[in-house]
Amino acid sequence: MTQHHQFDAIIVGAGGAGLMAALHASKLAKVAVISKLYPTRSHTGTAQGGIAAALGNMEEDHWEWHMYDTVKGGDYLVDQDAAEILARDAIDAIIELEHMGLPFDRTPEGRIEQRRFGGHTANYGERAVMRSCKSADRTGHMILQTLYQNCVKQQVTFFDEYFVVDLLFNNAVGGRVCCGVVAMHIDSGEMHVFHAKAVLLASGGFGRMFKITSNAHSLTGDPVAAAFRRGLPLEDMEFFQFHPTGIYRMGILLSEAARGEGGVFINGLGERFMERYAPNLKDLASRDVASRSMYLEIKAGRGINGKDYVYLDIRPESINKYKSAPGGRTVTAEELEAKLPDIIEMMRVYQGVEPMKEPVPIQPTAHYAMGGLPTDNDGRVRADAGDGLVPGLFAAGECACVSVHGANRLGTNSLVDLVVFGRRGGKAMAEFCQQASFAALPANPEAEAVAELERIRTKTGQEKAARLRDEMQNIMMDNVSVFRDEPLMRVALDKVRELKRRFQQVQIDDKGKRFNTDLLETFELGCLLDLAEVTTVSALNRTESRGGHSREDFPKRDDVNWLKHTFTSIAQPSGAGLTQGEMAVTYRPVVITKFQPKERTY
Amino acid sequence: MKISLKIKRFNPESDQKAHWETYALEVEPADRLLDALHQVKWYQDGTLALRRSCAHGICGSDNMRINGHNLLACKTLMRDVVKEGGTVTVEPMLGLPVIKDLIVDMEPFFAHYRSVMPYFINDEPLPADGRERLQSPEARERFDQGTKCILCAGCTTSCPSFWSNGNYVGPAAIVQAHRFIFDDRDRAAEDRLEVLNEQFGVWRCRTVFNCTEACPRGIPVTQLIGEIKQALTTGKLD
Repeated sequence: MTQHHQFDAIIVGAGGAGLMAALHASKLAKVAVISKLYPTRSHTGTAQGGIAAALGNMEEDHWEWHMYDTVKGGDYLVDQDAAEILARDAIDAIIELEHMGLPFDRTPEGRIEQRRFGGHTANYGERAVMRSCKSADRTGHMILQTLYQNCVKQQVTFFDEYFVVDLLFNNAVGGRVCCGVVAMHIDSGEMHVFHAKAVLLASGGFGRMFKITSNAHSLTGDPVAAAFRRGLPLEDMEFFQFHPTGIYRMGILLSEAARGEGGVFINGLGERFMERYAPNLKDLASRDVASRSMYLEIKAGRGINGKDYVYLDIRPESINKYKSAPGGRTVTAEELEAKLPDIIEMMRVYQGVEPMKEPVPIQPTAHYAMGGLPTDNDGRVRADAGDGLVPGLFAAGECACVSVHGANRLGTNSLVDLVVFGRRGGKAMAEFCQQASFAALPANPEAEAVAELERIRTKTGQEKAARLRDEMQNIMMDNVSVFRDEPLMRVALDKVRELKRRFQQVQIDDKGKRFNTDLLETFELGCLLDLAEVTTVSALNRTESRGGHSREDFPKRDDVNWLKHTFTSIAQPSGAGLTQGEMAVTYRPVVITKFQPKERTY
Repeated sequence: MKISLKIKRFNPESDQKAHWETYALEVEPADRLLDALHQVKWYQDGTLALRRSCAHGICGSDNMRINGHNLLACKTLMRDVVKEGGTVTVEPMLGLPVIKDLIVDMEPFFAHYRSVMPYFINDEPLPADGRERLQSPEARERFDQGTKCILCAGCTTSCPSFWSNGNYVGPAAIVQAHRFIFDDRDRAAEDRLEVLNEQFGVWRCRTVFNCTEACPRGIPVTQLIGEIKQALTTGKLD
């Protein structure tokens, strides 16, 4: 028996963006938050470095400088009106978080403490600036906890451990309208239909397409795939960020904060190689620049012992030798332990190295999706590359593409994206609900979702989901990551399409109804395969290098032909199952207001 | 190294009772227990049910009993729990109803969490300059320990007092309350202390120290509970 619920607004995902949207939307509308995890398990909680805002508590700072850094950091693909909103609203958003109780670190005067971070500068690129507001090296954890605490205080309605399988649309005259979601209650296995005036997707990224990733196992982009399967376009999917400092082989992230406190990259010859690639900011250059530099060193045979990794060196004697700490001051092991406790612990636990005495092996790790569901500046999802919107559908956070990060995201800009655009999306959605009425649900709203899940549950075949997932993750990491070229990406695209065909023959072990994680992991794999195909198609399509999309066959940025966003969609919606057939790419111009594109050097 | 994983299995749809199943595996010494569990799930027996997400000790999803101790599976290295040819025993946390295999019902745990008003309360006017409330670094440091809690339930489900009576609010809820009671910006310390002064509040703590041992974040849980007891006894917050 399918249970039906009715709410004004449904939010899918309980990370920073979803919870911020919930806090604001629930003041005006009847809201429910659906999450496939308990909210405090969301990946926002793992963000380490900080949240950027031009508060100017430590030194002079202005939102215009933050806006510039964001636009340049995004390699000029950023919609500059969105970047202005991010930089301006950031200040207010951090203050709102503090008023909600967030325990920021403090200066001796009692103000919120800020530190330097990669790509954030004073006076339009002159020198590094202290803009990142922080709480030790667990800022994301504090934000997630504080937002959840306030949701408990405000008695927000939660549906914890419900897995959203499908989005519902009413194909009304004049264009379709979003009218709800279908979700499985994971514990009981029962299907639930949520009828709503509006849905806001805040489901995070999808780094599990790649073998080495900082992303949680749960980050499989299911609602993004659901929207795509229903025929909606995804924007800028070719832009995926590979963070330079992932723990070698494991992908676990070591925050840029380590470099903010003075850590440096060292190659197999013992050189601080970033001096060559980014003479001004050196190890604090933007992430894509750092990842590419590391990759080039490794390719030139200058990895450690000629292997496929370099070192991150945070030993006090190295920092002091290079004078790389803030202000060139001398640091001690004690200070570093106090400022970077979690990162240092991870190095000890997972690497078995003592970072105060030895350098740490690191490699680029798939970290952040700059692309996703295209939205306007208030989180309304776009129906096409023109001005069409999907009434009743909103998105915020990593799963959305406003685009505020363009071709590459600066560190500490994600947390601020979540709170600024989560708030805007929540408010815009609540206002929408005041005007809108409920659009009728389609007949048998859960039928397609149930059919696909039952197909997976009951199928007998010779394929195993885990093996298909390994093959997908390997080919994406090898052929569609830090460096790309046409032949390799073609191989990857063929492989992903082959895996999608083989997916139809997957047989799972668990045939039960309750808490069937075998079934759900297989469904998640299907979502990742669709997203991997979109990513590869978009990457093949863009014949230039920009930000996180770097091609050995088109190594230069080409503003003449490519200063535009890509919108990729399927010709034929596929319901709740994998997409089939060709994908089409259309384009939308980049919004340029204050900063004309220039060559991007650090 | 070649090892065995002995896992306590329970399928609510077909089992009357839990039972043990043993799996043979090959692991690297630096692999995490979560990696070993995934090896079983992905390549041997897909019915194995467990919660996990971030895989590096932050989200708190995968606390479970490993060789009899509450640990996060993703933070436990194989070399620390087993030698070549040995067996690791893996079971769900105690004190909360088992739903399936290593998955327990977290609702009672979160109900206790909500009962201590685990959120910031200050209804005084906001600063006139529109900026942050001020707080000294020392005042910030005072309640830092409690801010680290990831609600993994390792402490509460390692507590014999909680095992004997699940109405006890439990160490985790007390830690969450402590975080606000000792935050000098908050104004509801009295209300939370009142909640904890109840029959199943802080006085169920018998200073066993299992909670402190179990905490994967290194929070001195017993000490924080002691500070609450002291506040209730002396009527003063230090």
